Amino acid sequence: MKKKTRQGLISLGFPLLSILVVLVLGALIMMAMGYDVGKAYMSLLNGAFGNRNSIGETFIQVTPLLFTALSYAIALRCGLINLGAEGQLYIGAICGSMAGAHLSGLPGILHILVILLTGFMGGALWGLIVGILKIHFGASELITTIMLNYIALELVSYCVTNAPFKDMTKGAAPRMTSVTDAVKLPSILPGTRLHAGFILALIGVVGYYIFMWRTTKGYEMRVIGLNPNAGKYSGMNIKSNGLLSIFIAGGIAGLGGVIQIIGLTYYLTEGFAANLGFSGVAVALLGGCHPLGMIASAILFGALNAGGVKMQLLAGVPSASIYMIQGMIILFAVSRELFKWLGNKAKALTGGMANG
Amino acid sequence: MADLITNFLSADIRTATPLILAALGLVMSERAGIVNIGTEGIMLTGALLGCLGSFLWGSSFAGALLAIAGGGLMGFIFAFFTVSIRANQIVVGMGFNIFAGGFTITLNRLLLSGAKVSGFPDYPIPLLSKLPILGEVLFNWPIPVYLTFLAVPLSWFVLHKTNTGLKIRAVGENPKACDTVGINVFRNRYGVLIYSGMMAGMAGAFVSMGQLSSFTEGMVAGKGFMALAVCVFGNYSPVSVMLAGIFFGAADALKYRLLTTSIGGYYQFLNMLPYFITIVALCVFARRSNKPAGSGIAYRKE
Repeated sequence: MKKKTRQGLISLGFPLLSILVVLVLGALIMMAMGYDVGKAYMSLLNGAFGNRNSIGETFIQVTPLLFTALSYAIALRCGLINLGAEGQLYIGAICGSMAGAHLSGLPGILHILVILLTGFMGGALWGLIVGILKIHFGASELITTIMLNYIALELVSYCVTNAPFKDMTKGAAPRMTSVTDAVKLPSILPGTRLHAGFILALIGVVGYYIFMWRTTKGYEMRVIGLNPNAGKYSGMNIKSNGLLSIFIAGGIAGLGGVIQIIGLTYYLTEGFAANLGFSGVAVALLGGCHPLGMIASAILFGALNAGGVKMQLLAGVPSASIYMIQGMIILFAVSRELFKWLGNKAKALTGGMANG
Repeated sequence: MADLITNFLSADIRTATPLILAALGLVMSERAGIVNIGTEGIMLTGALLGCLGSFLWGSSFAGALLAIAGGGLMGFIFAFFTVSIRANQIVVGMGFNIFAGGFTITLNRLLLSGAKVSGFPDYPIPLLSKLPILGEVLFNWPIPVYLTFLAVPLSWFVLHKTNTGLKIRAVGENPKACDTVGINVFRNRYGVLIYSGMMAGMAGAFVSMGQLSSFTEGMVAGKGFMALAVCVFGNYSPVSVMLAGIFFGAADALKYRLLTTSIGGYYQFLNMLPYFITIVALCVFARRSNKPAGSGIAYRKE
């Protein structure tokens, strides 16, 4: 038992240490670029947690990140690398927007459920393409998912400028038709834009836990993810499990997209979810694809996204620079052996000196 | 008609050049057993550094050198994380791409803001460039294009006919056996990664300075991933990689040709063409493969 707690502490300590290292590195880079680091980090923190509104904005960012992180995690548990959450999210959002704008006569709650379902199905089918290409042709999902992201982006660009998808209101910027008022998700933190989608995201995390660790299908997927041969010889169907996992993964990303629409923006514009896909991958990796870990790292990344806006405003540091920090966090989060390596080097160095 | 063909082939080669450059680098690192999806990020950084160098020192040559140096440095860092630290190659690659997205935007806003710089000048080869059609298509290019196509036979020679090439291929197939006979797996993998980083950096510089001569945010737009696909499609072999690159370039040239026709209004669907063809090519060629047995696995010395 004691050993377990110690291991727990180490596995918690490592991500924290890597975040610290990265913040220092980020400070060095910003200094080299001539920015005021203290001011930048203060405004970042302030923009993320400074008052009720900024906390709301942080959790608004957390919501879609949790969905894309779950999407990556579900596929990864079954041994597939889904870098296509961004595309799946977009397709889900397109489908959900159509259902939200053009269906009428349904009672509010039912209408919302229909929208969520169409969003899920849109993303899921987009994800399924990847699975089919992999199983039938052996095409690596690393590249197909990314190519499908670009294709989805072009589809979005088409939908916001062409009928019947486009908002036909005179003088409107290129965007899809707005969803009806009845389906807009309510705010859950008065005075902020934080919407009920956040709760749905938490439900999604709980669902992920139950599915992966409390159902037979989830167990099969985890076995296959860890060791495909073990799965095969104990009679599990690798192909159908792989297809199911990428189907669900795509669907979850699609849900994230459609919730972003009915919770926050109400209509789809180009780039309404830029970078959510890859940031989601980062969230899942930093959180070790563990339910609680992903929530914690989603909050970190959400805070970086929300605070980055303030940092640009107050310290003049482009908000895109937080992607440098996010990228480095990923690098260090998977470099558990870094400290061992440093230890060995130090030992070799001091040992060498003692001998010399 | 002659004009049409000339334009088409020129557009083809212009798009193919960065893909072939990056893919030639990738052939070496893939053969040595490393999957580097960070190529996209390295190319993006190269695109920025190329413009930056050209902007600061007023010469596209200096820009190219800066891009190559930056790419090499990123290749080295990639090697440190994936070879020495044995971190997951895919994840490190993702980290690189996300980092490069932020890094290039920040530096661009700070120093360049999309300024027009001097790009690679055309260097027509005397006499040959006067040939009808062929002259324009083959002998009227900036220097990097000639170098790219010269690098193809050179890479083939190094990979298949030299000791270095043999070591690179062996390290990818069976690192343990290599270690046993005294081939330094780590040093070989570091070497190919630095080299492929330099090639990707140069490829990026050609993306930003080959035609437009300015940096726009996110301008590499998947070309790094396409280079990976070109590498698979070209079966990890330099000459086939060149043909694959030209094929991809043709798809892009076709896109530009179609944009001016009556279906040009559906330009989004035409823009999908290169991505779509990448997927199809992967599906057709994924199984026929020189992919090394040790691909994607970090080597642990015992």
